[in-house]
Amino acid sequence: MAETTSTAPTTTDLVRGTLEGRRVNPVNTLVSGLLLIALLSSLLVLAVLLADVFGKGWGLLTERGADFLTTPLSPNAVDAGIFQGVMGSIALTAIVIVVAFPLGVAAAVYLEEYAPTNRLTQFITTNIRNLAGVPSIVYGLLGFSVFVNLFSGATGGRTVITGGLTLALLVLPIMIITTSEALRAVPTALREASMGVGATRWETIRHHVLPVALPAILTGSVLTVARAFGETAPLLLSGAVLSLYFAVPPEAGFVSLMTEQSYTALPMIIYNWARQPQEEFVALTSAAIIVLLAMLLIVNAAAIVARDHFERKST
Amino acid sequence: MTQEPVTEEHRTVNADPTPSATDAAADKLRDVVADRETEGPTGNSTIFGLRGLTVYYADFRAVKEVTADIRENEITALIGPSGCGKSTVLRCFNRMNDLIETARVDGSLTYHGVDLYGKNVDPVEVRRRIGMVFQKPNPFPKSIYENVVYGPKIGGMKGNLDDIVEESLRKAVLWDEVKDKLDESGLALSGGQQQRLCIARAIATSPDVLLMDEPCSSLDPIATLRIEELMLELKQDYTIVIVTHNMQQAARVSDRTAFFTVDVSDDGQRTGKLVEFDVTNRLFTSPSKTETEDYITGRFG
Amino acid sequence: MSVTAPQVPMDLSGDPRRQRRERRVRSLFFVAAALSIIISAAIVLSLAGEAWGFVTAVDPASYFENGWLPRRGRYSILTIVWHTLMVSGIAMVVATPLGLGAAIYLSEYARRNVRRFLKPTLEILAGVPSVVLGFFALNFITPNVIQPLYAADRSNLLAAGIGVGILIVPLVASVSEDAMRAVPRALREASYGLGAKKWHTSLRVVFPAAISGIVAALILALSRAIGETMVVALAAGTSGILTWLPDSSGLTMTGAMADLAIGSDQVTSATAVQVNPFQSLFFVGLMLFVITLVLNVLSERVVRRYRQKY
Ligand SMILES: Nc1ncnc2c1ncn2[C@@H]1O[C@H](COP(=O)(O)OP(=O)(O)O)[C@@H](O)[C@H]1O
Ligand SMILES: [Mg+2]
Repeated sequence: MAETTSTAPTTTDLVRGTLEGRRVNPVNTLVSGLLLIALLSSLLVLAVLLADVFGKGWGLLTERGADFLTTPLSPNAVDAGIFQGVMGSIALTAIVIVVAFPLGVAAAVYLEEYAPTNRLTQFITTNIRNLAGVPSIVYGLLGFSVFVNLFSGATGGRTVITGGLTLALLVLPIMIITTSEALRAVPTALREASMGVGATRWETIRHHVLPVALPAILTGSVLTVARAFGETAPLLLSGAVLSLYFAVPPEAGFVSLMTEQSYTALPMIIYNWARQPQEEFVALTSAAIIVLLAMLLIVNAAAIVARDHFERKST
Repeated sequence: MTQEPVTEEHRTVNADPTPSATDAAADKLRDVVADRETEGPTGNSTIFGLRGLTVYYADFRAVKEVTADIRENEITALIGPSGCGKSTVLRCFNRMNDLIETARVDGSLTYHGVDLYGKNVDPVEVRRRIGMVFQKPNPFPKSIYENVVYGPKIGGMKGNLDDIVEESLRKAVLWDEVKDKLDESGLALSGGQQQRLCIARAIATSPDVLLMDEPCSSLDPIATLRIEELMLELKQDYTIVIVTHNMQQAARVSDRTAFFTVDVSDDGQRTGKLVEFDVTNRLFTSPSKTETEDYITGRFG
Repeated sequence: MSVTAPQVPMDLSGDPRRQRRERRVRSLFFVAAALSIIISAAIVLSLAGEAWGFVTAVDPASYFENGWLPRRGRYSILTIVWHTLMVSGIAMVVATPLGLGAAIYLSEYARRNVRRFLKPTLEILAGVPSVVLGFFALNFITPNVIQPLYAADRSNLLAAGIGVGILIVPLVASVSEDAMRAVPRALREASYGLGAKKWHTSLRVVFPAAISGIVAALILALSRAIGETMVVALAAGTSGILTWLPDSSGLTMTGAMADLAIGSDQVTSATAVQVNPFQSLFFVGLMLFVITLVLNVLSERVVRRYRQKY
């Protein structure tokens, strides 16, 4: 007998149990087997992907060790490292956090806590959902037109600031949506309790709603920022350099990394190396992917575990 | 005097009981009010004046034309079947309905003669003076101390906060149970204690009115008893308006009772209305409207 | 108790400082929310201007000729659209059974603790950057899966399609699982009450009841597949020649954009080029924007219809 989704057996179950006994239904077994195969094959792909990348890149990574991270880019596979990519990605992520997190939370707070239900609010909400579905390369065009050209005075043109702002706009809608969900999960009773003793809206939000929603907001934001960390397409258009020669050398320091028109990022390096025809670059690319995935997996796993932890606590 | 769980009683009321059961229920209520004075306390001045108060949720008229005077330092009970607009009316008294976007109020509601829905009235200020206790205990997920101190703190109240905490918890008859664990979470308390904590939290801003919306409906009989005793004590210092669908509770604690019911119009619109508002004793022993009598004797519906 | 009414008239006007702060905070938050409108407007404006330049300079008849070769002034929209359709079609063929199977299993069959483990794993797959999947498609799927069975080039649209398909499996799975879990318990119990088996209940009762949510999930996934760039840019190569079969290299809409962006095709020779190739990038971007917008709105519509049912 197949098991039901309900926790307590219903009368139907009991009756069916006695009628059918322990007989295995072949169709049931077949269907559930096929479904499980569907699920497991996606996970198998993940496993194969990891095995493949590790198989190709692990050797190089262990051989080169930390040097791989601290060596600058080079057109020769033997001595190429990912230094500028790691630095660029960290700088981009920092800008995304600084710009998208406060803006996203503020917008979500407005929509969930303040906004009246009217056409304007409706329009804003629909608009945000649609923005979340715009392909990331289109954001690249936006970044190119607005940050590289229009506001080049402020951004310095093809700088890491331009890239960071572009990625920030890309993740902003997702940030708003996840934060809104977190706010919606806060019980109304809590707001009533606070307003009931004479707190204003903002006091209620700051002292009660945000603290309760914070774990969910943070885990959602971490996952969102992780997405920006792995993005490549928008950077293609908003000025990240691909050339093996032009990226800022490590000696130049952090300031010029921010202001020079020649930043790059880890995913950009991976893209570029993956396109090189020489066989040596396969190992190099794989090693860079291992670094990228390691950074991402740590962040993702931490966020998912944290969320599960909070979920279990609240139920 | 019995302490039946609320739900239990509510069911008997609506269950179209046999005549003998009906009489028994009415007798029980009469017993409860028997030792109370027939006349209500006189001379207390009006604190809330309701004149033709009508509340809408969007296009839906939830309660119509309520006219009544609620007096100071009394306990006023709002009773009636579920959905007749008791909570809706109660939530007008401290502008809590403002939080519901579709809610709209017609007619007038004055507090000490001031129009509560007037131009210059700040709902935040109203809620500081008119505290509220909700159906389900809703302490902040913070320490007991912080729960009580929150209202005074944001209200910029002068004075020693520790003293305010102790005084409020004492008034809510919770002090002895929690004085050694003020740093513990308010959520760690039992349901009845949580509700008393919510009362202490409401008292802490020194309001002059306490609104209670079925404060005992999620509590066990023992906890209910404590809250009822507490209300009788608090009556000295506060005006209390309580919503309950436990008629015996209304009979036990309140000075005056307002009985609401639902009018169903020809096109099926259900609108709450105030049927009768009188001294509790009179309302339960010799109601002037048959609707009231039917309800308290269990013939309702 | 005394008869006296309060002597001083009540002042309920509140603290003006707190009221001012409240208004300030509110307007600040409103600006943050309204920013999204500005972003949308900026996207449309920044695309439309250059796209218009493209439209006026290029003869629409040439949209249907063979070959997307900006360097030679040839802009065959047909080529890149057809390649996009092939890639996203293959992606849907891959992602639909895998995603829906996973969704049904997670929603109807998996025990709590199994679900607890499998669901986060799917989410990790969702977190793999597309550039990584692109590398995987180019260096693993093509040589080890496709080429042994099918005579395909080193860069080919089939590998890109499979890669994109893998990328959207988690999206299909999670959105349709949500739809199936939203199906009321009573419906399942009614089915069991009639003596139906588990498989019958999941596939013939729950699945149809959740169908609009599932359709919405698939539309959303299609939109994502059309807009995906990096997998295609790596696995499908850079050939601008039209191919009717997915066995060879070909530029899709996003692939063409990436290719223009990195400059390998920017070299403008003096011969026969009347339009800045960069403008075509904006034209394709605008097409992409409109197509994905239409799909997203469509999926939203479908979802709204199914919400009303319960
Ligand atoms: N937020 C709301 N929106 C719309 N209708 C409401 C809302 N709150 C209550 N109502 C309706 O108003 C009527 C009165 O409700 P309520 O005041 O809660 O009744 P009671 O407290 O007497 O049970 C009911 O018909 C109820 O459905
Ligand atoms: Mg109520």
